[in-house]
Amino acid sequence: MAGRRRARDTGRPGVLWAVPGLLFFGLFAAAPMVLVAWLSFTSWDGLSAPAWSGTENWTRLWSDPAMHRALRLSLLLTLLSWLFQTPVALLLGVWSAGRQRSRAVLSAVFFLPLLASSVALALVWRSILDPNFGLAADVARWLELGDANVLGSQRGALLAVAFVAAWQFVPFHALLYQGGARQVPRSLYDAASIDGAGTVRQFFAVTLPQLRNTVVTSSVLMVVGSLTYFETVLILTGGGPGSATTIVPYLMYETGFRAFDLGYASAVATSLVVVATGVSLLMVRLTGFGRMRSTREGM
Amino acid sequence: MPFDLHPRLRTPATALAGAALLAGTLAACGSGGPSRAQTLEVWTYQDASTHIQAEAVERFNETSDVQLELVEIPGANYQERMRTAMGTPNAPDIFFNWGSGSISDFVQQDMLVDLTDTLAETEELRDAFVPTVLAAAEIDGGVYGVPMRGVQPVILFHNTELFEQIGAEPPTTWEEMEELIEVFQAEDITPVALGGADAWTSLMWLEYLLDRTGGAGVWQRIESGESEAWGDPAVVSSAQTALDLIEDGAFGSTFLSNAYTNDGVSTYFAQGRAAMHLMGSWEYGGQLANAEEFARERLGYGTFPVISDGAGEASSIVGNPNNYWSVNAELEGEQLDAALEFLKHTTDDAYLSALVANGDIPGTVGVDDRLDDHPDPEFARFQYELITEAAAFTQSWDQALPNRAATEMMNAVDDLFSGGLTAEEFADTLRGVS
Repeated sequence: MAGRRRARDTGRPGVLWAVPGLLFFGLFAAAPMVLVAWLSFTSWDGLSAPAWSGTENWTRLWSDPAMHRALRLSLLLTLLSWLFQTPVALLLGVWSAGRQRSRAVLSAVFFLPLLASSVALALVWRSILDPNFGLAADVARWLELGDANVLGSQRGALLAVAFVAAWQFVPFHALLYQGGARQVPRSLYDAASIDGAGTVRQFFAVTLPQLRNTVVTSSVLMVVGSLTYFETVLILTGGGPGSATTIVPYLMYETGFRAFDLGYASAVATSLVVVATGVSLLMVRLTGFGRMRSTREGM
Repeated sequence: MPFDLHPRLRTPATALAGAALLAGTLAACGSGGPSRAQTLEVWTYQDASTHIQAEAVERFNETSDVQLELVEIPGANYQERMRTAMGTPNAPDIFFNWGSGSISDFVQQDMLVDLTDTLAETEELRDAFVPTVLAAAEIDGGVYGVPMRGVQPVILFHNTELFEQIGAEPPTTWEEMEELIEVFQAEDITPVALGGADAWTSLMWLEYLLDRTGGAGVWQRIESGESEAWGDPAVVSSAQTALDLIEDGAFGSTFLSNAYTNDGVSTYFAQGRAAMHLMGSWEYGGQLANAEEFARERLGYGTFPVISDGAGEASSIVGNPNNYWSVNAELEGEQLDAALEFLKHTTDDAYLSALVANGDIPGTVGVDDRLDDHPDPEFARFQYELITEAAAFTQSWDQALPNRAATEMMNAVDDLFSGGLTAEEFADTLRGVS
């Protein structure tokens, strides 16, 4: 009843409208998640019935060096992705928010990677980075860097994964920033330029504060996306060399669908859900995103 | 099982529903045909030899009431697909596999038909197969598979032109190997091509090195569950030899970026940039398809060198003894009979001829007089001798061990070759894995 009254008060549709969405979410997200959480307390090879094993998987997870390493790598990849993608996407998005025709054409080109499938992109990058036949080999020869052993070196492989992720997702985040930047009222810029602010000053004094909500949205998506990043690793590096790019989602796949230790893989998966949810909630809380209603209050 | 539409279920309700559905379909397309409930699903690994299985299924269907339907599964994910389907209503009825570790979990769950009696009682199958080939299908005292493709030993291939260029012969001893590595490096040629991005290619080196150093018995102990055998000094010593090869530059500097699965390494080898390549016998067919001139004129082959003071036999080989057909234990009655009948055809003339013409060496005895029909009879005879005269035929480790142990082992191999583990740490990590 309370819900309905509030809905009437704000003029928004009632709970009934949310039913299709809730059903979909319940069936394809919530139910599997509950199932996986339950499986994390069992020992299951995928053939016989799952056998209850109590907290065995969880104690193993806590002290498993492979998991610790994967978690470290995942956090490192997330940090790398955020540090690299945010400035690039922000600048590109704000730049492409301009109404000039040349910018529109170039933006259309920049946004192309967004349309390709991750698997196709990963395969293309793997060919480019091939040490003997890829473009990387030619570039390395030309710059006299020696061998293009990018995917074969511990650091190179992780950087390659971060770079391909950025190449793929910067367009998406730039699109967010483009939309955000176009919402900034003209009058703010007019006022700023009367006060004598140049382009750079306008960016920092007007655009960036106005984009605060967009920055938080984009960052949360980026962080959660990096924590659950998978296909590119599978195809580009296969978690290697050694375990240099075995991030948590890849470890989950390997444990589940190579070793068929599905109980333990479920524990890895559940911990990933918990960590990703925790990190995004923390970000929303710390940035004050939850309390903000609008960046243009009082205008 | 509310979503089940699989033909194998024989409950009256589903059969009725299926029949109703089928009646509709048949009426719609206006053609007669066998009942859908009588169709068995046969899964095979999709590659250049799939057509042989397709023809066998076609021949079988001409004479049988129970019809077979061949499903070709793309190679890269075959193992995952097979494993996740088994135990569900979508499981295949007859399916391709690698024997041993690839099916041992199914055997433990009683999911496969024990073929011991079938093999003993059927004239076409009795004593038909080379014992070392059949061995990989023997689990816990039963036989759970029938060989259905070619035997694939791992062979040390070489580029004959490059060997002529430096005036040397392919290595027969480890000392010669070490010498050749130096000579080729001085000539700016990568001594050995290795696709280290695919850890199973690195594994082939360890398999042969352990066999030559400690004899085939060390692996046999590990495989039979004695995981302490990883602590055998021969394991550390062969892992160290592999590290020495890397250190000496035998594989070049970018081997960890090279992959076999995208044809990268084979192309590199065919272009004359590397002198040797340790690979399964399928490399020959691959080169013939992608670099025919190289395959015909410059592709040489030989056995793995002997390590002096090692315990291994010079004639021992490693590789894949064969691929196998296994039968789902859910089958019964007429369908089971049909499935067993189909297995007999793996030894008939048409099937064996097709295998040989495709460049395979079947795992059956007495195929020597067929070898002239092989695209390259000389290579066929070399392989046939290798197989029939082998003191031991070690199955590829990753296929011999159950999935879980194989995954742990492959991670350790990958870590060893990428510098994350020393030889001792490698052996320590694996102690307990079997």
